[in-house]
Amino acid sequence: MGFEPKIVAFVCNWCTYTGADLAGTSRIAMAPNVRIIRLPCTGRIDTLFILKAFERGADGVIVSGCHPADCHYTSGNYHARRRFAVFRELMEFVGIDPLRVTFSWVSASEGGKWAEVVNRATEQVRRLGPFETYPRAGRRVSYERRQDGENAKVRKEYL
Amino acid sequence: MQELRDLARKLFQERKIDALLGYECDRRGVRPAFVKAADECDRLIFDQRCVHNLAAYLSPRRSHVVALGRLAVVIKSCDARAVAGLIRENQLKREDVVLIGVRCGGVVLNPDEPGELESRNTAPRCVGCEQREPALADHIVGEPKTAPAGNQDRDARLSEIESMNLDERLGLWVDLLSRCTRCHACRQVCPMCFCERCVADKTLPAWIESSPHSRGNFAWHLTRALHLAGRCVDCGECERACPAEIPLGLLNRKAARIVSARYGYTVTDDPSKPAPIGTYRLDDGQEFME
Repeated sequence: MGFEPKIVAFVCNWCTYTGADLAGTSRIAMAPNVRIIRLPCTGRIDTLFILKAFERGADGVIVSGCHPADCHYTSGNYHARRRFAVFRELMEFVGIDPLRVTFSWVSASEGGKWAEVVNRATEQVRRLGPFETYPRAGRRVSYERRQDGENAKVRKEYL
Repeated sequence: MQELRDLARKLFQERKIDALLGYECDRRGVRPAFVKAADECDRLIFDQRCVHNLAAYLSPRRSHVVALGRLAVVIKSCDARAVAGLIRENQLKREDVVLIGVRCGGVVLNPDEPGELESRNTAPRCVGCEQREPALADHIVGEPKTAPAGNQDRDARLSEIESMNLDERLGLWVDLLSRCTRCHACRQVCPMCFCERCVADKTLPAWIESSPHSRGNFAWHLTRALHLAGRCVDCGECERACPAEIPLGLLNRKAARIVSARYGYTVTDDPSKPAPIGTYRLDDGQEFME
C-alpha cells in the first residue's frame, strides 16, 4: 500500500461547501483523501486551525471560500486573503512547505473546480510524502525526557 | 536630565498628572520608575541605558497602572510608535496621557554593561534609526543628539535564513524554539500584546498547547508573529526579555518585511494610518490562491 495523504479542508459554508456538495451530487469522481470542515466564512478560519491540523497528523490542508466580491458577509474573504498571504510566507520562513497548504476560491456552482482543487492538492501532498516532521517535533522532546528517567511514563501523544 | 525632572515637577504641581512613568537608576541598574509625587521627581534619569519600552504599561490590561490615574510617560521615538499603535487600536485616548518625549541618540543592547554608547554595544534597532525625537510627544526634553554610529546589517541573519532551503529552516527553528519554556515573557513585555485573554491561555479548546515542546512552541511563536504583523514596533523588548535568548525579532522582522513588500506598509507613529491586517483592498495580491 502506497502513502495516502490525509488532507483537511476548511471551507466556507456559502460557496465552497455548496460547491463540494454539487461535486458530490453531480457524481464527479475525485480523490477521497479530503476531510471537509465547514465554517461560516473564510474570515472565520484562524491560521491556528491550519497548525492544529498539522499537529494532529494532517499531511495537507485546503482552505477555500467565496471568490472576491462574493462573500456572504461582504468582506470576510478579503480580510482572510491578507491574513493567509502573510501567514503563508511566515510558514515558509519557519520551514513548513507552502505546497502543503492550498488556498482557493471555489464558488457554489464550481463543483468541477472543487474536484480539480482536491485532486491537485492530493497529488501535490502525495509527492511531498507524509508530514512527520511537524508533529514529531514534540515527540522528540518527550523521548529525550524518558531517556533521562524524568518521566517514567511517556505522555501519550494524541496522534 | 534636570530639564526632565523640572518638567515632571511642574506637571505634578500644576496637577496635570497623578503619576509619571520614567526611568530610575539604583545599585542594580536602570529600571522603569513610577513617580507619584513632585518631590520624587529627582529619581528620574534618562540616558543610553534606558532601553525599556514604557508604552507597555499603557495597555488597558495593566489595571494597576490604570488605577494610578492620569499618567505622563517618558518615551523615545521608537516607543512613540507603540503609543501610536495603542491609540490606533482604541486602547488608549491621546488626550488621556501626557507624552514626554526625550531626544535619543540610541540605546545600548545590554543595560547592565557599564560604559558609554559605542558602535560595539549599540542596540541593533538603533543603528539606522532616523528619528531623534518623537513627533507624537507633548513635550520634548534633552539635548540634541546625533544618530548612533555603527553599520551592522541587522537583517543579514534574516536574509541568510531566507536563502536556506525548507528543511534547513525547519531544523533551525525547531532547534531555536525547543529552548522556549513558554514563560510568555515575550507577551508580557510587548506593548502591542494587550488582549484581555490571550489565545495561548485558552484551554477549551487549547488551540496552543501550553506545555513547552516544539510543536506548541511553533504554534505560539507563529501566532505571535502573525498577530504582530504590521503592528510590531520593533522595540526589541521580546528579545531582551526572553530568558532563553531566542531571536524572536527575526520572526517579527520577517513579518514586517512581508507586510511591507505586499502592502507597502511600515509601522509609523501616526495613529491615523490604519494597520494592514484588519483592513483590505479589493486588488490585494492573490497569486497564491487557486
